[in-house]
Amino acid sequence: MSAEETPAIEVSGLACAYQDRRVLEGVSFSVRRAEIFFIIGGTGVGKTTLLRNMVGLATPVAGEVRFNGVSFTSADTAGRRAMLKTFGLSFQGGALWTSLTLSQNIGLPLEEYTRLPADEISRIAAFRLSQVGLAGFEEYYPSEISGGMRKRAGLARALALDPEIVFFDEPSAGLDPVTARNLDRLIVQIRDTFGTTIVIVSHDVDSIVGIADRLIMLDVDTRGIVAEGTPAELAAGAADTKVVEFLTRRTIRSR
Amino acid sequence: MPASPEALGASAQTGTENAVLQVALGGSWTLSGRTPRWAAVVGDAKPAAVSLRADGLSHWDTSLVAFVGEARRWCSDMKVACDTTALPEKLGILSGQFEASMRIETRSDHSHSVLTYVGLATGDAMAQARGFLQFIGECWIAATRLVAGRAGFRWFDCVGEMQKCGAMALPIVSLISFLVGVTLAYSGAIVLRRFGGDIWVADLIGVAMTREMGAMMAGIVLAGRTGAAYAAEIGSMKANEEIDALSVLGISPVRFLVLPRVMALGLMMPLLAMYANCLGILGGMAIAYVTLQIPPAAYWVEMLTIVDISDVAVGVIKAVVFGLIVGFSGCLRGLQAESNAAGVGNAATSAVVTSILFIIVADAVFAVVFNAIGM
Repeated sequence: MSAEETPAIEVSGLACAYQDRRVLEGVSFSVRRAEIFFIIGGTGVGKTTLLRNMVGLATPVAGEVRFNGVSFTSADTAGRRAMLKTFGLSFQGGALWTSLTLSQNIGLPLEEYTRLPADEISRIAAFRLSQVGLAGFEEYYPSEISGGMRKRAGLARALALDPEIVFFDEPSAGLDPVTARNLDRLIVQIRDTFGTTIVIVSHDVDSIVGIADRLIMLDVDTRGIVAEGTPAELAAGAADTKVVEFLTRRTIRSR
Repeated sequence: MPASPEALGASAQTGTENAVLQVALGGSWTLSGRTPRWAAVVGDAKPAAVSLRADGLSHWDTSLVAFVGEARRWCSDMKVACDTTALPEKLGILSGQFEASMRIETRSDHSHSVLTYVGLATGDAMAQARGFLQFIGECWIAATRLVAGRAGFRWFDCVGEMQKCGAMALPIVSLISFLVGVTLAYSGAIVLRRFGGDIWVADLIGVAMTREMGAMMAGIVLAGRTGAAYAAEIGSMKANEEIDALSVLGISPVRFLVLPRVMALGLMMPLLAMYANCLGILGGMAIAYVTLQIPPAAYWVEMLTIVDISDVAVGVIKAVVFGLIVGFSGCLRGLQAESNAAGVGNAATSAVVTSILFIIVADAVFAVVFNAIGM
């Protein structure tokens, strides 16, 4: 198998739990390189849990996660650190460090992992902020900007190191429709330019229909995947009516 | 992004043709690798035009975007033409965006002149004083409404807080006041032995504990233990918009959160102070027995010749006031907290500092007042 054919992410038989309560069981899927992949499902099905287990913020009960064919779940600390460098994670609420300015927030990963001089770092930070529509806000502290702006700044920070894989936790929740669509465009632009693999946890149907290459849907009853495919395929005829409902009814209502 | 051979380092080869600076970009450009800087590449050259092209460029990321962006910025500053048409189209677009981002003025400036700082600090101090008075006023209004029976009191919360600040503080108060008794006994013994008045160590500890140390130690323990907890709790409620949620329901945060806490401390503090008195006297008694061979019964009888009910009353009155100070400081700092993680931490710290400061000040005032009225 050549390097090009190895999926960027492979999840096999993953089981996640909180204390004794199993949230997900036997979750297996793979994400191709440079793909925009959505993890969807209603609230409380464990989308964020799945994401946290994939990036090592939580430890799965069973199963394996591989990035570019290398196991992440069984990697040692040094191996994990090397892999984490190639990830970007954009948190639901931005998760910006409140004691740092936006410029410093974005500069921190660059300071830690590159040998770039300080002026170059601040220029790259300014560029990242302008990419997410926050040009000129470098010297602001997170408490001085709105929730939506914090979210976009969090995205800029996730992109700081030009990661190979970017994970988004609810990127458009709490944003107005215009900003949300701009964000979608930005995500597509990043993928097209740098061939970045993108995994998005979302229930924004407009965004799913608009930019998803493929998606999986999680369900609370089966504690696993109920559907997998492209949005068009699934909306046209999925085995499970829940999937069709999710993708079509809400779309109709929101238009 | 496909893995690329890192062996091919980033390169920018320059050559001049007809006063046009030709820059050939090659190799693999990554943020974590070593990449050329535009300022170093161009040096002191003063070309009539600059032309950038890709030559054996394998893999690139934002580091190359930054390089080309800076080149374009330099060209437009020096008023020379910059030709980037020979570069990949995406790189052209992104570097244009990068150049534009360098031109946007930063909106906010946090570095101020000394004068501005003085002005801001004065304004801040005035706002603090105003906030303090407003808080006292709100507490007064809430308390009078309560006394007049026009508003309910959260007894359930109050009892819970009493347990937390009173009963659960017993171990630490026990330890600290016992040790205070021990240290007082040792230092008293040094002086009193020289006069052959070993037995007066009982008088010394009796008076010192009941009038001063019992209330003071209980106050300082609760300032660190309970005052800080109140500030952190109310501060994080504020950060989480819980205080606003109370306000829009027309529920006064002062009545709902502050009064039960302050009341709990005002009720528990005298009890804790009396408990601290007992433990301190016990500590002194133990040391007197061990080092000065004073039997506990003799110690007790000697102590009762000087300590009377007015000394205990002085301690209790102080304890009530210290309790109120700790409660009010904790709640005030919590309500004033900034709505972020650092704000909550600052609120807890400043609650402890405020409480201890006011406890010491109040103690000094009490000393003068009690002396004047002969208590």
